[in-house]
Amino acid sequence: MSQNLFEGTAEQMSELLKCIEAHRDEAGALMPVLHEAQHIYGYLPAEVQTIIAEELGVPLAEVYGVATFYSQFSLSPKGKHRISVCLGTACYVKGSDKILEAIEKELRISCGECTPDKKFSIDSCRCVGACGLAPVMIVDGEVYGKLSAKDVAGILDGYIKD
Amino acid sequence: MINLKINGIPVSVPEGSTILQAAKIANIRIPTLCYLKDVQCVGSCRMCLVEATGARGLVAACVYPVSEGMEVRTNTPRVRKSRKTTLELILSTHKKKCLSCVRSMNCELQKLALEYNAEEDTFGTDHDLKPIDDLSASVVRDNSKCIMCTRCVAACEHQTIGAIGPKNRGYAKVIGSPYDVSLAFTPCVNCGQCVVACPVGALYEKSAVADVWGAIVDPDKQVVFFTAPSVRATLGEAFGLPVGTNVEGKMVTAIKQLGDVKCFNMDITADLTIMEEANELLDRLKNGGKIPMFTSCCPGWIKFAEHYYPEILPNISTCKSPQEMFSALLKTYYCEKHGIKPEDLYVVSVIPCTAKKFEVSRDELGHYTDTALTTRELAKMIKEAGLDFANLPDSAFDLPFGEASGAGAIFGATGGVMEAALRTASYKLGGSGAPIEFKEVRGTEGVKEAEYTVGGATVKVAVASGLGNARKVIEAVKSGEKDYAFVEIMACPGGCINGGGQPYVHDEVRNNIDLKAVRAQALYDYDSDSKMRCSHDNPAVETLYKEYFGSPNSHKAHKLLHTTYSKREKY
Repeated sequence: MSQNLFEGTAEQMSELLKCIEAHRDEAGALMPVLHEAQHIYGYLPAEVQTIIAEELGVPLAEVYGVATFYSQFSLSPKGKHRISVCLGTACYVKGSDKILEAIEKELRISCGECTPDKKFSIDSCRCVGACGLAPVMIVDGEVYGKLSAKDVAGILDGYIKD
Repeated sequence: MINLKINGIPVSVPEGSTILQAAKIANIRIPTLCYLKDVQCVGSCRMCLVEATGARGLVAACVYPVSEGMEVRTNTPRVRKSRKTTLELILSTHKKKCLSCVRSMNCELQKLALEYNAEEDTFGTDHDLKPIDDLSASVVRDNSKCIMCTRCVAACEHQTIGAIGPKNRGYAKVIGSPYDVSLAFTPCVNCGQCVVACPVGALYEKSAVADVWGAIVDPDKQVVFFTAPSVRATLGEAFGLPVGTNVEGKMVTAIKQLGDVKCFNMDITADLTIMEEANELLDRLKNGGKIPMFTSCCPGWIKFAEHYYPEILPNISTCKSPQEMFSALLKTYYCEKHGIKPEDLYVVSVIPCTAKKFEVSRDELGHYTDTALTTRELAKMIKEAGLDFANLPDSAFDLPFGEASGAGAIFGATGGVMEAALRTASYKLGGSGAPIEFKEVRGTEGVKEAEYTVGGATVKVAVASGLGNARKVIEAVKSGEKDYAFVEIMACPGGCINGGGQPYVHDEVRNNIDLKAVRAQALYDYDSDSKMRCSHDNPAVETLYKEYFGSPNSHKAHKLLHTTYSKREKY
């Protein structure tokens, strides 16, 4: 079901089960459990959603529905280098969609996904308060501003070699 | 009581009533889309908006509670404009292939669009067509037609399956199974309650109509139909006849006019099921077999047990369903008797059920049925054949599978299998003079319990319809809280008469009558008018035992009429 291979450890699993146990009899347990699961795994793998569904007695469709409704939840793992492209109003009118497109093309994954080697993941965000530098992208907290699509490959190169 | 006025008409309703309920009492119609009685009440589609004093804007009548002195207006320019805009917004993302749609002329959206003069493309048209999921043996989903009313999701939740739900958000939102998994690979039990809940053509059965037409014109095939008990009570609805009209005679005529085909009565194998099942129950009780015994007629229930309660599979009767018993009989006994090669006999079962389509594909059952048609598909074929159904004369089922008992007919309603079994079990243990009617197990309540003295012993029984209710009964049995001897379960609320393959009934009708009860009444009337009320009195069944099986649960009967099921993963 998921595109990235699930590589959970026994420690992560026991932490997950402990968290489910703590919330088991609460009404609306699903939200806090999903939050903690994402904290444990960095994202919500299909396998983890299935375990949560079984343990809480909630249909998988509901778990998946909640996980895909809230943008804080991620269905794919995050890479070693996390790229975020601002799609806020100022960046967007300055063409940040083209920046995002260029990154997607360069890494051959879509926004929200992670490369198979787990090196990069791309996300979009809404306004980082650097509108004067629009359009901006952020890699591991480093802000790159006043970008054009042709700058992308060069910036990523620095991280690929890393 | 709360007093209010709707369009100037005074009405008194109990406190806590909604405007929609009050309007119904005042005989004022308010259009709805996402609201469906007993299934969903969320106020999300905004079709039922009305003006009400004391409210800030327009309010959703299906969820807004009445208050003392409230004045409601359901038909003002503002209300009409709002409804029209809502419809046009829905239409902007709806695949408007109305002419060839399965719901054309019977679509709730089409009807409302016409009533409110909604234009197809006021807000443009979203041409982003979504993929059609047709991998399930039973249910097809075309999300390009989905209007996000979530009635299907609510119906599935009521069944405590939850195979589908809303996923993603905003424009990306769609209804479906998790990830991009087809419904075929989920714990969906194929009951089709989502299909009959859908107001538009986004959900429908996997059609076998073309296959059946193909077999009818194939010179190498002999085509035989047999019809399930409840089809006689619902088929007429597809031709404008009132809900609850028994159209058995016209149905048989219509089927025989589809081509050179025979039409048999599936009630016969309902009777046969009772002979086998009653015998099995008595055997389990006497020889310490697994008790309670659960019925096995319903394929939705069987798949539910395989996914959710594999530990109770040994408690389920080993009897095949009446459909599978009938097909097995036809491909063996009937073929042998008439010198037909089994591969030349094309067996069509007409059923009120989408899950039977899945059942046909099960390896455990020997693939004796060639195809299963829903009541709706049969209606489609009758229309395609150009038959004037309402004015057809009556005919009788073909022999040797024509006459059956009233007990076989009531198999189509919740409690019917139980009552039929009780009739035969009482006779077997108590002889003639045993009671015929067991009214405690009748009715549309989700769970029914009764205690009977059969042959001197007290027997506790339970009947559940709707899988949420089935779950309650199973949990009570598992915890030891209940000690039933025999439990009947049907997946659809109310049983087969409310099956997922039955004619579409608009929300306006469903919200205002007890569809299950009215349809079931047609079967109970049929039973009380029958000369033969008990399965063990059926001469056709007697002949089958004499000529072929020997006795109930004989070796041959076991081979052809019984089966077992096994645990199934959810995903």
